Amino acid sequence: MAGKLEQLKNNLEAALGNRIVSLTQALGEITVVVNADDYVIAARTLRDDPRLAFSQLMDLCGVDYSTYGEGAWRGKRFAATSQLLSMEHNWRVRLRVFAEDDEFPLVETLTTIWANVNWYEREAFDLFGIMFAGHPDLRRILTDYGFIGHPFRKDFPISGQVEMRYDPQQKRIVYQPVTIEPREITPRVIREDQYGDLGRH
Amino acid sequence: MAEIRNYTMNFGPQHPAAHGVLRLVLEMDGEVVVNADPHIGMLHRATEKLAEQKTYLQALPYMDRMDYFSVMANEHAYCMAVERLLGIEVPERAQYIRVMFDEITRILSHLLFLGAQGLDLGAMTMFLYTFREREDLFDVIEAVSGARVHAAYYRPGGVYRDLPDVMPRYMASKTRDARTVDGLNKARSGGLLDFLQDFTERFPAYVDDYETLLTENRIWKQRTVGIGVVTPEQALQLGFTGVMLRGSGVEWDLRKKQPYEVYDRMDFDIPVGVNGDTYDRYLCRVEELRQSNRIIRQCIEWLRANPGPVIVGNHKIAPPPRAEMKGSMEELIHHFKLFSEGFRVPAGEVYATVEHPKGEFGVYLISDGANKPYRVKIRGAGFAHVQALKELAPGHMIADLVAIIGTLDFVFGEVDR
Repeated sequence: MAGKLEQLKNNLEAALGNRIVSLTQALGEITVVVNADDYVIAARTLRDDPRLAFSQLMDLCGVDYSTYGEGAWRGKRFAATSQLLSMEHNWRVRLRVFAEDDEFPLVETLTTIWANVNWYEREAFDLFGIMFAGHPDLRRILTDYGFIGHPFRKDFPISGQVEMRYDPQQKRIVYQPVTIEPREITPRVIREDQYGDLGRH
Repeated sequence: MAEIRNYTMNFGPQHPAAHGVLRLVLEMDGEVVVNADPHIGMLHRATEKLAEQKTYLQALPYMDRMDYFSVMANEHAYCMAVERLLGIEVPERAQYIRVMFDEITRILSHLLFLGAQGLDLGAMTMFLYTFREREDLFDVIEAVSGARVHAAYYRPGGVYRDLPDVMPRYMASKTRDARTVDGLNKARSGGLLDFLQDFTERFPAYVDDYETLLTENRIWKQRTVGIGVVTPEQALQLGFTGVMLRGSGVEWDLRKKQPYEVYDRMDFDIPVGVNGDTYDRYLCRVEELRQSNRIIRQCIEWLRANPGPVIVGNHKIAPPPRAEMKGSMEELIHHFKLFSEGFRVPAGEVYATVEHPKGEFGVYLISDGANKPYRVKIRGAGFAHVQALKELAPGHMIADLVAIIGTLDFVFGEVDR
C-alpha cells in the first residue's frame, strides 16, 4: 500500500509539475493544492492523464477556514475540496483549491470535467457562498426557497437568523428574528492531554 | 384542432412513491416525462454544522440519522474517520462485530428496498414479508444497543459493548398465551449469536420466497425490464456507486477493492448486472441478501470461537469499565473528562469510506486539534443518485418514473443531511 502511495505521488508530481502548490501525504492519503488559475487544467490532467486516470469525482465540498485552530489560520478563507477516485488504478486523491478573494469567493466550475459535480457545486454555493464560474445551473439546493445567507460559514450562527411562526392576526406564516439565546454546553478546546496518568497507556 | 402543449406537473414532496420528501418538477408530454427537475433539501437538518458544535462522541448519533435504514454503516464510516485521525487500531473482535452488523444493515436496507419497490409497483405482499424479517433484525440491534433503529453502537475505538449472552424474550399476556410465547421464544433461548444463527438458517428460504413472488412474475418483469437503463459509461459519468453501478456491469465494491476491517478474510461474491435496468439491479440486491447472509455466518463462527476486548483499552478515548471507575481516582477522571470535554483529535484531514448498502458512503473530517470536528462532510450515495433523475427520467412514462425512483433506492436522510 505504501509503495502504491509513493507511485501515485511520483505520478502526480510528474503530471502536474509546477502546478502543484503543495502536496501532502498524511494518514495514507494525498492532498494536492492547486492555484485557482490552474484549477481546471489540473483537474483535466488528473482525469485524462493515463498515469493518474481519476475518472470519478466522489465528492466536492466547501470549507470555511476562518476559525481554524482558534485564529491560527493565515491563508485564504474559502476552499473547495474534492475527493477523486481512479477505479482503474484503485487509488484516491484529494484536490483542493482556495478562492483568491475572501469577500467574493470565486473558482472555476468542474462541470466540464466531471458532470456529476453539478449538485456538489450547487451545495458548496448554497452553504458557503462559493461561486463557481461557468456552472450551468448555480441555484440553491439544500436550504429553503428564498433563504438568505450561507449557513455553513463560520460566522453564521448555529441557531440561524430567523424563525418561523404562525401569526393569528395575519392568518399566515411569518418570519421574525430568532428569539433563542445562543448557548454552548461543551466549550471547544485545543490542547494536549494533561490529566490522569500520562505514562499508563 | 386544439393546441397541444406540454404541461408542468409537481410531484411530491408529500407523495408515497417519492420515498421521503423528493419534489420533482416534471414537464410532461401526455404521459411521457420530457424533463425532470429534482428539488431536494426538504429534510435538510444541517447535520454537518451541528456536528461542528458537538464533541466527536456527541456527533456520532447524528450519523444514525443520515441514511436511517442503514444506521450501522453510517456510524462505521464516521468511526473509521475518527480512528484514522487518532491513529488507533480497533480490536479484532470489534472488527468482526462491525462487519457482522454492516451486513445486517445491508440486509435491512435491501429488504426495505424490496418491500418498498414491490409496494410501488403493485406487489403489496412483498412489503409484509420483508418487514417480518426486518423485525427479527431490529430485535438483534435492540439487544446489542438498546435502540431498535438509531443504535449509536459503533464508537471510535470499537463498539459500545460485547454481544449479549441472552436475547430478550416475549412474555405471556392477554393477547399472547403461553403456548404462542413458547413458539416465539424458541430461537431466543440462547444468546444473540444463537438467535442470529437461527435467522441465517431461516433466511435463504425467505429469499427464495421473495424470488418466487417476483423474479419470474410477468407483471414485475413488465414493470422493471428495460426501465431506467444505465450504461456502464453513463453510470461512471453520473458518479454512481454501489448497486447502481454494479447493476450496469461495473465490478466495483469497496469491500473487495479497498477492504476495510476484516472483509479481506471473508468469503463472498459480488453480483453484477448485465443490462443495467431496474430488473438487473433488483436481481443484484437479492443476490447481495444471500451474500450478506454468508458473511454473517462466517462472522458468527469466528465470534463464537474468539472472545476478547471490543473497544480499545486507551481510556482517553474509550470509557473505562464502571467497576474500575468506582474504585480508581484516575479512571474517574478519565470518565469525567471523556463525557464532559471529550477527547481531542490530532489536526489533520481524512476521507473514510465504507461500502454502504446504497453505495459509497464517505465521511470527510477536518480536525484542527480540538475536541470538536472542524468540518464534517458526509458523502451519501443517494445524493449522486437523485441527481441522476434528470438524466434517467426523460422518455419514460410517469408510472415508470416510480420504478426509477424505487430502483435508485435513496433515502432523504443522507441526500439532504
